[in-house]
Amino acid sequence: MAPDAVVPDAPQFEDGEQRRSAATLGMWVFLATEVLFFGVLFGGYAVIRLLNYDAFVVGSHHTDVVLGTVNTAVLLTSSLTMALAVRGAGLGQRRDTTRWLVLTLLLGLAFLGIKGVEYYQEYQDALVPVLAFRYQGPHAQGVLLFFYLYFVMTGLHALHLIIGVAVVGAMVVRNRRGHFGPEYYIPVELTGLYWHFVDVVWIFLYPLFYLVARV
Amino acid sequence: MSTIAAAPEPSYIDVSYTLRSWLTTHDHKRIGLLYVVSITFFFFIAAVAAAIMRVELLTPAGDLLEADTYNKLFTVHGVVMVWFFLIPSIPATFGNFLLPLMIGARDVAFPRLNLASWYVYSLGGLFVIITLIAGGVDTGWTFYTPYTTMFSNTHVVAAICGVFIVGFSSIFTGLNFIVTVHRMRAPGLNWFRLPLFVWAQYATSLVMVLATPVLAMTLALVAIERILQVGIFDPALGGDPLLFQHLFWFYSHPAVYIMVLPAMGVVSEVIACFARRPVFGYRFMVYSLLGIAVVGFTVWGHHMFVSGQSMYAGMVFSLLSFLVAVPSSIKVFNWTATLYRGSVSFEAPMLYALGFIALFMMGGITGIWLAALAADVHLTDTYFVVAHFHYIMVGAAVMAYFSAIHFWWPKITGRLYPESWARLAAIVMFIGFNLAFFPQYIAGFLGMPRRYHAYPPEYEVLNILSSAGAAVLAVAYVLPLIYLGWSLLRGPRAGSSPWGATGLEWETTSPPPRDNFRRPPRVDGPPYAYDTERGHGP
Repeated sequence: MAPDAVVPDAPQFEDGEQRRSAATLGMWVFLATEVLFFGVLFGGYAVIRLLNYDAFVVGSHHTDVVLGTVNTAVLLTSSLTMALAVRGAGLGQRRDTTRWLVLTLLLGLAFLGIKGVEYYQEYQDALVPVLAFRYQGPHAQGVLLFFYLYFVMTGLHALHLIIGVAVVGAMVVRNRRGHFGPEYYIPVELTGLYWHFVDVVWIFLYPLFYLVARV
Repeated sequence: MSTIAAAPEPSYIDVSYTLRSWLTTHDHKRIGLLYVVSITFFFFIAAVAAAIMRVELLTPAGDLLEADTYNKLFTVHGVVMVWFFLIPSIPATFGNFLLPLMIGARDVAFPRLNLASWYVYSLGGLFVIITLIAGGVDTGWTFYTPYTTMFSNTHVVAAICGVFIVGFSSIFTGLNFIVTVHRMRAPGLNWFRLPLFVWAQYATSLVMVLATPVLAMTLALVAIERILQVGIFDPALGGDPLLFQHLFWFYSHPAVYIMVLPAMGVVSEVIACFARRPVFGYRFMVYSLLGIAVVGFTVWGHHMFVSGQSMYAGMVFSLLSFLVAVPSSIKVFNWTATLYRGSVSFEAPMLYALGFIALFMMGGITGIWLAALAADVHLTDTYFVVAHFHYIMVGAAVMAYFSAIHFWWPKITGRLYPESWARLAAIVMFIGFNLAFFPQYIAGFLGMPRRYHAYPPEYEVLNILSSAGAAVLAVAYVLPLIYLGWSLLRGPRAGSSPWGATGLEWETTSPPPRDNFRRPPRVDGPPYAYDTERGHGP
């Protein structure tokens, strides 16, 4: 069992239960704002795809479906390790928690690495709007918009994941210092909620950019 | 952090007088006051812009300002008034100060996030000031594409940064309030014992949290499109300008309810107190607040009746817009019914609140005209629309803001203000407002378009009346600064409950101690426990 957790001061709360339920509700509300934040992009994607369906088919065939699929598997696995980390923290198994958190962090980094490889390939194929875009085939303007949305949406997702990786890293440090125990592990739990959210966003991004009209 | 002193407990003001103690405070009451200072500053910037416009419009010819300058003025007026004054006006100030007091909590759920929201607000404000110094922005507060992304030669990106950033301050506030109301209520204070002010803040917070991210992302896309010349809004780039309008109004129509719902909360408290009766139909008041918040999300298309959206979309949006009138009028009827057989007295907060009802009714009824498709084709982009939303946003919401200032002034400062001066200011404000904006209804109905610095001579009389009204209104806005400033230094001490009002905030001292209550309060009954039978006790 872990020694007593180091609980930061929060005089506004009556007790630990109120504190925990407030923190998780706050996180859920924050995730609701995130849904709306990404929602604009998904809405924009829907409209532009309706106007340029053929171009989106072409564009989708220019993304790397193999790497995209591998990345999906990597990220889904990281959600499993994250869930196990939260469970470990709740049970006070500090060593296990560290292990699962580190694994989550490594999977997150792996996702970002693979994403970086994809971006580099797309740069070499001159499919990056503004920076290098020389696609000359049919529906050129629509393909440009496809890749614009691709980079904005996967880029914003990657930004969220980078933040997630940093936060998981902080959790590793705090966990090793013995800040958490069965009576206080709110930060690990909230990190988990955030991590799963970022994962869920990817589950929507994956079909929209890799699987349009692929049988 | 200073250590907590022994009894007698100092008030939240007396805890420490240093600037540092204010700038690093986690106290919701102090953060509320930080917001008061900031939004007052921005209110006067935006008001000066309006005043210059009203001077230009004294004569039909565009003789004082260039057209471009005029465009920049109404843009600054709109951007600053909407995002830096009206949106935070009641929630970030009185909401912050009162919400924890009203539910018997020591603070909001996330005090550090609360302080962060003020700093984020200030950072956003800094961008607006930079925009102004650099030469302004001329797109109108609506940032319509493709003008914004393609044609405007002004500082669009800086202005967008300001609005983008300030959005997060209202998200932080909304998030904090939702969690606070859910999780921090005192023992016995169940949902249907909450004061309507708290319900109003709660409904507002829902709108803030669900609408603001949409604006933030949309404006981010506009900025990217302007900088990189690739994007989804400009038709020349393959985009859809209507998409921008849909996304913009998906935020900006609910934003109107961010401004007016908290005002309704204030008015409910004040009317009940000065009519000495419980608010009539309490549950209906709650449901209508939530109803406005929810239906308010489905009416944005009425800003786009002439934009080229589908006719059927127009019909649906028209119908839904009529529907918002139902919960809104329930509120007006219930306030009126609260007054009926009450022992009404007319202190300044009450005068402001009654002014709110009158102006809200005018603004609301003209809103019904604008929700009608055919009428809107005639009235779109005329001064009729300008008058309509000023009746709601300036008439109603700002009257309620002043009502709140006067009602809770003794609680916040511990001092009384000079009542007769305050009544005078309330009356002058009501007269000045109507003189300024009622002629605009007529001018608009006769066809005067908005957003021009010059106009045909037949509208001259109406515009002179309007500018005169603006001058009267300016006096009414400056008066409280003077007598409230005097009260701050010389006003007689207020007891803990100078109005004899109910509510937990009146049970603690004025000004309250840092932790609000000496003993955690318990609640064992509904709000507004005023004597219902005239003159008889319960």
